[in-house]
Amino acid sequence: MSDTAHPTTHGEHGASATTEHAHPGASEYLRIAAILTVITAVEVAVFYIPAMQQWLVPILLVLSAIKFILVVAFYMHLKFDHPTFTWLFVLGLTIAGAIIISLMLLFDAMVRFHQVHSS
Amino acid sequence: MSASATVADEHYTSTGLNNRKMVFWAFLGSECMFFGSLISTYLIYKNHSLNGPYPHEVLNIPLTSLSAFVLLMSSLTMVLALAATQRDNIRSAKIWLAATAGLGCVFIGNQIYEFTHFVTHEGLTLQKNMFGASFFVLTGFHGAHVTVGVIWLTSLLIMAFRGKLSAKNSLDVEIAGLYWHFVDIVWIAIFTLVYLIQ
Repeated sequence: MSDTAHPTTHGEHGASATTEHAHPGASEYLRIAAILTVITAVEVAVFYIPAMQQWLVPILLVLSAIKFILVVAFYMHLKFDHPTFTWLFVLGLTIAGAIIISLMLLFDAMVRFHQVHSS
Repeated sequence: MSASATVADEHYTSTGLNNRKMVFWAFLGSECMFFGSLISTYLIYKNHSLNGPYPHEVLNIPLTSLSAFVLLMSSLTMVLALAATQRDNIRSAKIWLAATAGLGCVFIGNQIYEFTHFVTHEGLTLQKNMFGASFFVLTGFHGAHVTVGVIWLTSLLIMAFRGKLSAKNSLDVEIAGLYWHFVDIVWIAIFTLVYLIQ
């Protein structure tokens, strides 16, 4: 298995191609996989350590965000591809985040409303 | 269609970007919204069950940790399959594609075991309570996506064995890879939000 970086076969046409970079090699992919494995092990360890329960949610959210970014940036090559692909994905991701936050706030408000009016 | 004809036929948008890749990234953006809705539904409903079983009573962390590891490793094998295809090393590409599909099958097997255990031993079904309904819909849709991915990878593997896969049409592998990695990042979110934060 070659360990050298290689350009994509299907690079973008014309001037836009100047923003695309060669994809990393196998050693880089293996390094990312090792980091992802360690982070997953830490997540599970944090879950089982009673002393960490107070910080469980923020720690797990940060660790999963790091895993998410590593996969998207390196395995999905957004770090190396044209920024338009990143914007397309981030747009969907932002709307998804807005859906999650707004639905949770909406239902939280609805529950509070029912509690106030039922008491 | 020959491999060279495939390359010649590829279309590029006015931005100079490949249209297949561009539309697939837009599709993945829409998939984020789809899973965002399912995840928020789960987060809202999981604590509104009037009767058990409840999440902390049934969720199997060791098993799902193994599934998380399996899916992360399948992302590695997928990206190695793409790298091999781009180098026109089809023999390696076949091995990595088969490994990815195999790891996908292991993940699906774990999920089938988990679902069966919930239904037969824990009494958790779609109709049992709010947690059961939202849990099965969310993880079931993810499992369905993994299944589609395995079928897609198998079709690429068949293409490779028929000599129809080469560096010239590596975009086919790249797009399948994007889908597979997306399924992986959705599991990263589900593993944290559903299993670890109960």
